Amino acid sequence: MGFEHDAIRLFAGAFAVLVVASLAGAVLQRRTGGGDGSATVANLVARINAWWVMIGVLALAFLAGEIGVLVVFAFASFMALREFMTVTPTRRSDHIALFASFFVILPAQYYLIATSWYGLYSIFIPVYAFLSLPVLAALRGDVSRYMERVAEVQWGLMTTVYCLSHVPALATLDIPGYQGRELLLVAFLIIVVQGSDVLQYVWGKLLGRHKVAPRLSPSKTWEGFVGGVASATALGAAIAWITPFSLLQAAGIALVIAICGFFGGLVMSAIKRDRGVKDWGQMIEGHGGMLDRTDSLVFAAPIFFHMTRYWFTV
Amino acid sequence: MRNVAIHATRLALMGLARLVTGVSPRWQGCGPSGEQRIYFANHASHGDFVLIRTVLPPKLRAATRPVAGADYWRRGAMRRFVGNDVFNAVLIERSETTAARDVLAPIKTVLGEGASLIIFPEGTRNQTDAPLLPFKSGIYHIARAFPSIPLVPVWIENIGRVMPKGELLPVPLLCSVTFGAPTRLQDGERRPAFLKRCEAALMATAPGAEAGHGV
Repeated sequence: MGFEHDAIRLFAGAFAVLVVASLAGAVLQRRTGGGDGSATVANLVARINAWWVMIGVLALAFLAGEIGVLVVFAFASFMALREFMTVTPTRRSDHIALFASFFVILPAQYYLIATSWYGLYSIFIPVYAFLSLPVLAALRGDVSRYMERVAEVQWGLMTTVYCLSHVPALATLDIPGYQGRELLLVAFLIIVVQGSDVLQYVWGKLLGRHKVAPRLSPSKTWEGFVGGVASATALGAAIAWITPFSLLQAAGIALVIAICGFFGGLVMSAIKRDRGVKDWGQMIEGHGGMLDRTDSLVFAAPIFFHMTRYWFTV
Repeated sequence: MRNVAIHATRLALMGLARLVTGVSPRWQGCGPSGEQRIYFANHASHGDFVLIRTVLPPKLRAATRPVAGADYWRRGAMRRFVGNDVFNAVLIERSETTAARDVLAPIKTVLGEGASLIIFPEGTRNQTDAPLLPFKSGIYHIARAFPSIPLVPVWIENIGRVMPKGELLPVPLLCSVTFGAPTRLQDGERRPAFLKRCEAALMATAPGAEAGHGV
């Protein structure tokens, strides 16, 4: 099957799920009608509406091809980095390092991916950015909390730019017999990881009793985790036909990235609690900020990239 | 022609402020209202009153005028244009020698006309690590002359990090503008106590203040 054909089927499926979700939301809204649980339902409906926009944007990006997906994730990185640095207590002497992070390192990372230069984009941030940013900060001569400030800026870049850029980097992989369809790996990753988030939410709301880390996140429960990851694994197996993986391989990979996604949400929640904020931002109605929506992808993307690259490329 | 330039500059500056800072309002202690008010805010950047104006509902913007230092905003044609024409600022002389009543005369005229004001009681941009500089007594004199007008604390978060004094390039951190609970000068309240109370009211408006987090 061709790429277009598969992509159309995937997005048609996604929009069909959204239609069902929106109908269910409308029914729930009528039933609760301002009474008990209406706030939860209002939030659910806001989340579903935001999904219409997000899947719409992804559909347009896929229509534009690899460059479209690259631009969408460069924008997502920019917004996520912005949210991260907003709550990071940097000092005036970090100004140049911050400016460089937004307007030099981020564009350079995505440019390197656009040119498929794996040898450089895989080390550009961990080696070159991580060595030069502390220099920029040191040149300003401000030693107050120096180590802490440098580390925080680096961790922000690592998660929001380096890790997230591995989503569009999937399109640069050279997999025998899979040429021209690489973007479907992006679709697989997003469907499994974001699907896992949604399914964890659903399972958690239905059966959630035992909290995983009550101090970090009131909404993460063991029931939600097990149910969500198990159903995301099944979901991955169900869409094995868009990947170069066998049914079992797709299920195994889906299991790993769903667990990574869960850990991503947990770690980013810990950072939010440390900073005393509930959400990273408010750009996505019902979800919070860009980083609230992409925290699971941040952890899953590089692992998925390396599993695929190690086992499936020549 | 001049009007077009004024409107275009105003829209451009507000658009730029929105683009760079993604500024969002948080009406915490009061809602937007057409009543006459004196907004008092922390001051870290020249962008401060642009941000406040940007988050005010459009119909309140024209009737809400910032108070700014004449020594800065009268120097040069560009500053005069932006301060006077674009943002309709009320300019006051900040010199130590002038008597308080003369300094505040333009403010009293404007308040007498029924306009709302944005004032920065710290008197100058805060470049220190402290969240707030001690308030100058101007806010006390204004409150005594117009005791019935509510004073609304406004905390502007992050703008000082977006473009610190002396830096040429902005960093696009997210800013927010929080409106706190209105306050007034109480009967018989002395100046030092009133200033302390206003400082505390503004600090309490800062995001995270309720949770006990530093800013």
